[in-house]
Amino acid sequence: MNFSWRYQKNSLFKLFTLLAALFSLIALTTLLVHILHEGWQYLSPQLLKNFPSRFPHKAGIYPAIMGSLWLMILTFFIAVPLGLLSALYIEEYLPKGKWKSLIMVNIKNLSSMPSIIYGLLGLAIFIHTLGFDHSLLSGALTLSLLILPMIIITATEAIRAVPKSLRMASFALGAEKHQVVFLQVLPAALPGILTGIILSLSRAIGETAPLIVIGAATYISFTPESIMDPFTVIPLQIYSWTSRPQAEFHHLAASAIIVLMILLFSLNLLAVFIRNHFQKYKSRL
Amino acid sequence: MKRLIFLSLLMLSPSTQSAPQDLRGTVKIDGSSTVFPITEAVAEEFNKVFPRVRVTVGVSGTGGGFKKFLSGYTDINDASRPMKPSEKQKAKAKHIKYIKFPVGYDGITVVVNPKNTWATELTVEELRKIWKPQSTVKTWKDIRPEWPNKPIKLYGPGTDSGTFDYFTEAILGKSGRSRSDFTKSEDDNVLVQGVMGDLYAMGYFGYAYYKENKNNLKALAIAPKKGAKAILPSLQSIKEGSYKPLSREIYIYVKESSLKKPAVREFVSFYMKHAKNLVKNVGYVPLTPKKYQAANLKIEAFSAKK
Repeated sequence: MNFSWRYQKNSLFKLFTLLAALFSLIALTTLLVHILHEGWQYLSPQLLKNFPSRFPHKAGIYPAIMGSLWLMILTFFIAVPLGLLSALYIEEYLPKGKWKSLIMVNIKNLSSMPSIIYGLLGLAIFIHTLGFDHSLLSGALTLSLLILPMIIITATEAIRAVPKSLRMASFALGAEKHQVVFLQVLPAALPGILTGIILSLSRAIGETAPLIVIGAATYISFTPESIMDPFTVIPLQIYSWTSRPQAEFHHLAASAIIVLMILLFSLNLLAVFIRNHFQKYKSRL
Repeated sequence: MKRLIFLSLLMLSPSTQSAPQDLRGTVKIDGSSTVFPITEAVAEEFNKVFPRVRVTVGVSGTGGGFKKFLSGYTDINDASRPMKPSEKQKAKAKHIKYIKFPVGYDGITVVVNPKNTWATELTVEELRKIWKPQSTVKTWKDIRPEWPNKPIKLYGPGTDSGTFDYFTEAILGKSGRSRSDFTKSEDDNVLVQGVMGDLYAMGYFGYAYYKENKNNLKALAIAPKKGAKAILPSLQSIKEGSYKPLSREIYIYVKESSLKKPAVREFVSFYMKHAKNLVKNVGYVPLTPKKYQAANLKIEAFSAKK
């Protein structure tokens, strides 16, 4: 029997997996290097604290940063309670059967819908029907719709992963259903849920298309003071600068991309940190 | 230095009886991406004088902007073409009165790759032949027999763009009439990149985008008629109107009901006072000073009427 061909097949397969991994890594590195090369020269404190300007060296993304932060916080407070409670209902109360699978299939479908559709939905409901105008509230509600399916899916998965024995033990000690859910299941599922929430939020702050549809401003001379104020966000400012004719604005856009990437990176880091922290806590249980 | 002088002039210009820094209010603007850089520049300078007025400028395209304008969401619409009859009807039906202010000129520039050695000019008839619906022009040879027998790649703005509306109206007689098998983008830089990267490409977009990429693009001279002198787009030829028929006025439309608000009135009159410098500053062609003065008279007359 000839083993050498089998060994070769093995290493060949390994090589293919390596090439596939390298491919995405190279694409990412190229992008990063390109952006850093284009954008480093405009990276300054001014970029963070100035308003947009027609002079590239004076232009900044302060209102966009504030808009993004406002939007993220509002979206958090709208989407998280809704998503979490829906997930608890689906996993803990809804009996297994046709209904449940129908709902889950629909939610999974919704989570892969193009984001611009949510923009159109937001425009029709929040702006035209409810009259919230082109405000932070409309933006946050639209983004909440966008990330709700993602939050629900990750939360249901986290809840399902909680061992049955934990629930049983809890019931055996005489706990009510809501006590079991809030005091045992929820804390145990928390790391997974939080990770899902943070990743969904970081998707939300990178979105442009739905916000263009609901009419977020491109130039804005002030920062929002209430949820009914108009706003702009970092991705929109980037989009606006890349479509300017002057190359300086393209560099400026690259600098803003760096800021956005740092923001996203720190959010993801936070997600990892939270997961590790709570997992340690859980293993002590 | 020039900027300094300019800024100090801004500070000196008399504007209101009450102190400008106390004026409050909102000015909501949306519309054309072509006009956006001008309005943004005006808003930037305006806020140095009137820091408490809240100005927002969106970019929904001329048509998208008019939709918002006519639904009551905005005070001012940036427009790279005049209002269409259908939009005028809608305004009438909703009893929305507005004033049109020209703010500058733009020349739609027809461009080819800089390595393109054969084409230097086109007549309007040829442009019509290339861009009409169901056009039979597939190769450069189809335009002029002496040109190469190579497929022509066409680039143009998307249908929401005022540039598309204006070009089709000027060349084909009806806004929106065009062949549809070309590469479309609302982002003019995509068109610039497309033409830069393809020897057999042809495209059209606003003059400002050509001006910034002059070294990587070649503009074609346009002859209004066969046998007429073909004219290259330039600040001069666009301003004089000799670059025909592709030089156009660009506008802001202001709602009359909004013009009654002090913040909007100050903004529009500031716009007209400083447009001449700011328009040039961001790469467009300013109107003659007389036209801006006429606009300011219009505003004064309107305020007096009230």
